Amino acid sequence: MLTTLLLRVSPRRAGAVVERNVLVHRRGWVVLASGFFEPLLYLLSLGIGLGALVGRVPFAGESVAYPVFLAPAMLAVQAMNAALTETTFNVFGKLKYMRLYDAVLATPVTPLELALGEIGWCLARSGLYSGAFLGLMALLGLTPSGWAILAWPAAVLIGFAFAALGMALTTFLRSWQDFDYVMIIMMVMFMFAGTFTPLGAYPAWARPLVELTPLYHGVTITRGLSLGHLDLAMLGHAAYLVGCCILGLWVAARRLGRLLQP
Amino acid sequence: MTAAIAAPGRGALHVFAYHLIGYRRTWWGTAFSSFLLPLIYLAGIGLGVGGYVDRGHQLGVDYLSFLAPGVLAATGLSIAIDESMYRVYSQFAWDRTYEGMLNTPLRIVDIVLGQLAFVVFRALVAVTVFLLVMAAFGTVHSGWAVGVLPTAMLLALACAAPTFAFTATQHTDSSFAVLTRFVVIPVQLFSGVFFPIAQLPAGVRVLAWLSPLWHGVEVCRSLTLGTPRWWPVLGHLGYLALWAAVGLVLAHRAFRRRLVV
Repeated sequence: MLTTLLLRVSPRRAGAVVERNVLVHRRGWVVLASGFFEPLLYLLSLGIGLGALVGRVPFAGESVAYPVFLAPAMLAVQAMNAALTETTFNVFGKLKYMRLYDAVLATPVTPLELALGEIGWCLARSGLYSGAFLGLMALLGLTPSGWAILAWPAAVLIGFAFAALGMALTTFLRSWQDFDYVMIIMMVMFMFAGTFTPLGAYPAWARPLVELTPLYHGVTITRGLSLGHLDLAMLGHAAYLVGCCILGLWVAARRLGRLLQP
Repeated sequence: MTAAIAAPGRGALHVFAYHLIGYRRTWWGTAFSSFLLPLIYLAGIGLGVGGYVDRGHQLGVDYLSFLAPGVLAATGLSIAIDESMYRVYSQFAWDRTYEGMLNTPLRIVDIVLGQLAFVVFRALVAVTVFLLVMAAFGTVHSGWAVGVLPTAMLLALACAAPTFAFTATQHTDSSFAVLTRFVVIPVQLFSGVFFPIAQLPAGVRVLAWLSPLWHGVEVCRSLTLGTPRWWPVLGHLGYLALWAAVGLVLAHRAFRRRLVV
């Protein structure tokens, strides 16, 4: 059903939604630029400050310096945060308060095109941040393998998965109070999705829960690429993320249509 | 009515009560997150990276006991600043509550002090819950730990008062996101919350000394570990009191400018 819907998507109409966002943000470039700044600080503070306390951690049968271990995870976290804040806070504001989408759907744009347009904008933005972050990692010598370049598209895939899930989630939120739950979901994934420690460091009962989070699959891919440990399981992790994209898009388009169409 | 004007502090008490009445409707959400966030933090670090740090034996204490008082102080700071941005701004610009208050016998000083008291109260609630969670994780090593409550209140005041002054000068809400990203987050990352500031390069270390959070972290940590040395503690608290006093003067002046002149 989603494929037939996808075939009817007009890139021009979805592009118009992206274009609107570009126009709006031409004035807010300080806020846009600050998106580069924040992950850099996290990397310096946690990677290098905390890294000195941690020393080396075991990964795939060898031991790696902590900043090298943590940096690709921060890349994935950054993609998640950028995607989720854009598609929850900003989309909710447009949906409930600015009533922007009522206006958009009064044009030929369909709910799915609207969702794709918003996600497209979000990916353009987070893709820029991810590219800059990855460049920085390389400059600081935190990318031992040349495969690391592929962590960029991987970060975009992670962003896509969370943007789609975020859009879907937003359609269920009732008020700003509910954003406490969004913050908690983000926080739980940040702390427990294998970002700071390898999966093996968790107690056995917790591991399946960790493996449920999309962020875990994202981190596994970016870390594997950055450290040059490629295996076939990565395709499985990527497939999980693609599944999240499809599920999120499908739910978001259905719910947006139902919420907004008279 | 004349009594309300004459008695100093009475007006501020009324303003504080006003904010508490509003909070009665929304307290559950904030209590929930102020309980859950430290739980997630401590469990996440305790289950995960803490084990790696402890193998290195560089800190002299287990990492969880090192980190928890730092995150507690950082929570006090972030609540103080969060509550001093949009909530205060909306009462100038959107709801215009302050204008309404000025049409009663309340004075500017009452409005500022009453609102600040509410911010400090919010920080106190969150920090108290945090301390209980810390105790459950076995990271409270001394009875001195009770002292983190007034310390966090002073830290909250030291951070909220200057933020009030800043907010009162703003005419759009766009600078608050910038303040969060360029001031609040860097301060939290480089004030000795996650690792001792001795690991920072000398230039950055000077910035950490200036940050009120570092002083708050040092006091809270020495109290929960049960190793307070009194002269340094007094010095840190004095520095925080200085921020609070200067902040109060600035906030009062900025509120007057915004509301009266």
